[in-house]
Amino acid sequence: MSDLVDVTLKVNGSEVSHRVPARTTLADFLRQTLELTGTHTGCEMGVCGACLVLLDGTVVHSCLTFAVQASGSAVETVEGLTERAVIADLQDAFHQRNSLQCGFCTPGMLMTAYSLLSQPGVPSREEIRDALSGNYCRCTGYEAIVDAIETTARNRAEGRDAPAHEEVEA
Amino acid sequence: MSAITSLDRPNSYIGRSVPRPNAKRLLAGRGRYVTDITLPRMLHVAYVRSPYAHAKIVSIDAQAAREAPGVRLVATGEDLAKLCTPWVGTMDHFKGMKSPPQLPLPIDKVVWAGQAVVAVVADTRALAEDAAELVYIEFDELPAVVDIDAARDPDAPVISPELGSNLCFQGKLDTGSVDDVFASAALVVEEEFHFGRHTAVTMEPRAIIADYDASEPKLTVHHATQTPYQFQDIYSRHYGIPESCVRVIAPDIGGSFGMKLHMYHEDMAVVGLSIMLGRPVKYVADRMESFVSDIHARDHRVRARMAADADGNILAMDVEDVTGIGAFSAYPRTSVVEGNQVYRLMGAPYTFKNYRADLQVVFQNKVQMSQYRAVGHPVACTVTERLVDMIAAKTAQDVFAIRSGNLIPDDAYPCTSPTGYKFESLSHHACLAKIRELMDYDGLRAEQAELRKQGIHRGIGIATFVEITNPSPAFYGVGGVRISSQDGAILKITPSGDVRCLISITELGQGTETIVGQIVAEHLGVDRDRIKVITGDTETTPHGGATYACRGAGIGGETALQAAQKLKGNVLSVAAAILQEDAGKLDMQAGWIIDKATGQQRIELAEIARIAYFRSDTLPPGTQAQLSVAHHYAPEGYPFAFTNGVQACHLELDVETGMVKILKVWVVEDCGRVINPLLVDEQIRGGVVQGLGAAFFEECVYGEGGQLTNGSLADYLVPMAVEMPDIVVAHVETPTLDTQLGAKGVGEAGTAAASAAAMNAINDAMSPFGGTIAQVPMTPARILKALGHI
Ligand code: FES
Ligand code: FES
Repeated sequence: MSDLVDVTLKVNGSEVSHRVPARTTLADFLRQTLELTGTHTGCEMGVCGACLVLLDGTVVHSCLTFAVQASGSAVETVEGLTERAVIADLQDAFHQRNSLQCGFCTPGMLMTAYSLLSQPGVPSREEIRDALSGNYCRCTGYEAIVDAIETTARNRAEGRDAPAHEEVEA
Repeated sequence: MSAITSLDRPNSYIGRSVPRPNAKRLLAGRGRYVTDITLPRMLHVAYVRSPYAHAKIVSIDAQAAREAPGVRLVATGEDLAKLCTPWVGTMDHFKGMKSPPQLPLPIDKVVWAGQAVVAVVADTRALAEDAAELVYIEFDELPAVVDIDAARDPDAPVISPELGSNLCFQGKLDTGSVDDVFASAALVVEEEFHFGRHTAVTMEPRAIIADYDASEPKLTVHHATQTPYQFQDIYSRHYGIPESCVRVIAPDIGGSFGMKLHMYHEDMAVVGLSIMLGRPVKYVADRMESFVSDIHARDHRVRARMAADADGNILAMDVEDVTGIGAFSAYPRTSVVEGNQVYRLMGAPYTFKNYRADLQVVFQNKVQMSQYRAVGHPVACTVTERLVDMIAAKTAQDVFAIRSGNLIPDDAYPCTSPTGYKFESLSHHACLAKIRELMDYDGLRAEQAELRKQGIHRGIGIATFVEITNPSPAFYGVGGVRISSQDGAILKITPSGDVRCLISITELGQGTETIVGQIVAEHLGVDRDRIKVITGDTETTPHGGATYACRGAGIGGETALQAAQKLKGNVLSVAAAILQEDAGKLDMQAGWIIDKATGQQRIELAEIARIAYFRSDTLPPGTQAQLSVAHHYAPEGYPFAFTNGVQACHLELDVETGMVKILKVWVVEDCGRVINPLLVDEQIRGGVVQGLGAAFFEECVYGEGGQLTNGSLADYLVPMAVEMPDIVVAHVETPTLDTQLGAKGVGEAGTAAASAAAMNAINDAMSPFGGTIAQVPMTPARILKALGHI
């Protein structure tokens, strides 16, 4: 239980190094050791998607990954994507469309959406729903999330940023 | 350009789809949930749980755990009972209701599988869990009462022998002459319905940090709850700490849905552990613990019949509901409210007057069942709406026609239901007409007939409903329970002319802070972005009911409205003194004091604030500016503001596999004044999806020995994006005249009728085959059974 291991990795662009119990998951490492609490845990068994992060550019469940497994890799969390402003249009679309209520699932949703939108083309609503099938949301009913991702995909395809207006058509 | 509407007035925010300012923080990963909070010297607790549904605790050996690394305390039921007085989940107005006293941890027996027995507190949760494995508890297993019929068997073991039986409560309603009506009715339909247990599965599990400081003394609890004031009262009374020394903070909360307003044993224990240790103690349920300790919902078996004349005019209903609530009635709201709403809401949209119902609430060796989103509504709605469809089938009427013929006319209000509910004004017929058009009902029926020829089986189901919102003291107060039905707001103008609103209703992500901001902006006459709304802290916000039973917008919103008007009066009187003007000739708009008649700007609010705070010497003598107000509002008039609506479900059934594809759902809803359509519609959609979860997927499955057999998120199915349809929402607006705001609640409407519409749709799809189903969730296996395939 108390065997400690050294974990050195890049998180959101900065090198970090810590000695932690070997059983520490990447989720706990991010949340507790680094205080990056934007990554959430809802099931700790790879089902709900609240804990998704990018590991060397691939979306992974941080609850199913040990911190030590990520040693030597680059991890990016919602805080990092936010700082790099690479999902600003997506976040804006979520905000305008009210695609979140409690927000607990949201960082995981953004990860899935980020990865989906990194692929060429505009996904259909079916494809968006399909991509989200590893992300549980208990509040929204999903439709608004699908809408926001669809809007962002369209806007990107047309080379536009998300509209900046505050009021949404009722 | 479109015509000028009331929304084009300056500061007209009510009715606008504005997004939530506080959502941006959550989108950036800057939410602050209790699970995220770390306090200095904070410890973590893990619980040792009972593997048995019913057993005597013979002995507890915790020596090895006490000596394990990082362990600070191991506490048992006896230890905590020295600090905490027992609680009993009954209410006075449920006559004859019984429930045994409860303690944070049990002393001599366990009554459900998964009940926490021993608390282990250590430096980290992992160390606490390690040590918990070293605790040895010797149990003497007792026969478990699992089934609702077994619970009522006179020979069954009695879970709490001091109560004499496993019956928690029996209620009867009878308008009289029901037997006669049934005996002479042209037709009678009847069915036995089963509603499985399901549970909230909030994405953030239950989480609490208790921090007791003996020096003041002071108890601070960071609690993922919708009702901080209720818990302030509970912690104060049961731990004997003066109320003013107890602070409950409810920060961001990752889903609640009624689950996070009940008292949980582990949570109560955490307070005691912190008192014992003098240090902060944190408990976060893991997902497995959530399944065995969060309240479950529903668990009803309903036998019901409905009588009608030969034309399908409904004459009477006769209902028998048995509901299983676990070994205790939940505290402080009780587990009878669910059944009480089931048997009082039956048939509520319809005109018939003869009604009889019997409600039996029974104890069983399972985790507690209590209020969850749309308390009782889905059960009452499903039973009623299915029986209505059965009458339609018997009289060869269309499902719309049977409802048009039986729903209370829109001009018949006010009126009272056979169960005593008073309806101020509902709009069933307007909603029915609207949904018919919205969904292109006739087109769908034609398409259905065409597709049937090709072997494609689609079903269309509709369900009308009423929903209880804006509860008055008739809900809890009269039962002797210290849960407020009033709300409070404190509104302050800052020296810069900004506005702070501290209000007792809480934010769960549904948009409380947004709509309060809209209401204050409109009624005070300032821009919305200058208003900061603060919620969820008993130390700073006034006491109130907070958020439950769809009361936030209707009661909290009215509180904010009246507070804003009061503050505006104060501002205008200072302005009048400064301007040497009659206050009645002034008004406020966009942060300016204006001339009411001409709209001309006279003086800025910020300037009034500057003078009042820093240069009161320049005000006329005797002018004491009151730029903060505190205001409370409690509902008067109708005991509840009922809302109503209709849902329609369109789906496709694979009759070979029993698999269902939900194609679309429509909702027409009347929650009175809509403050923010964007937020209201999302509340409805989220509610519908929870209702569809109960209809098709979600069920807590117990084995014969009382073990929950699917208590993980891999085994318990919740609806996913790919299975859920787009949901079309529209409104009819019938504002309540009990308030100036006119808003009623909306948070539960989606859940109230979703499973009813789904069940009618499945039965419609199955109709060519003669099979019927009356059980939720409607799993593929149950559907195949109904079709006679298995
Ligand atoms: S916490 Fe990792 S998938 Fe749920
Ligand atoms: S917004 Fe609450 S779980 Fe998705």
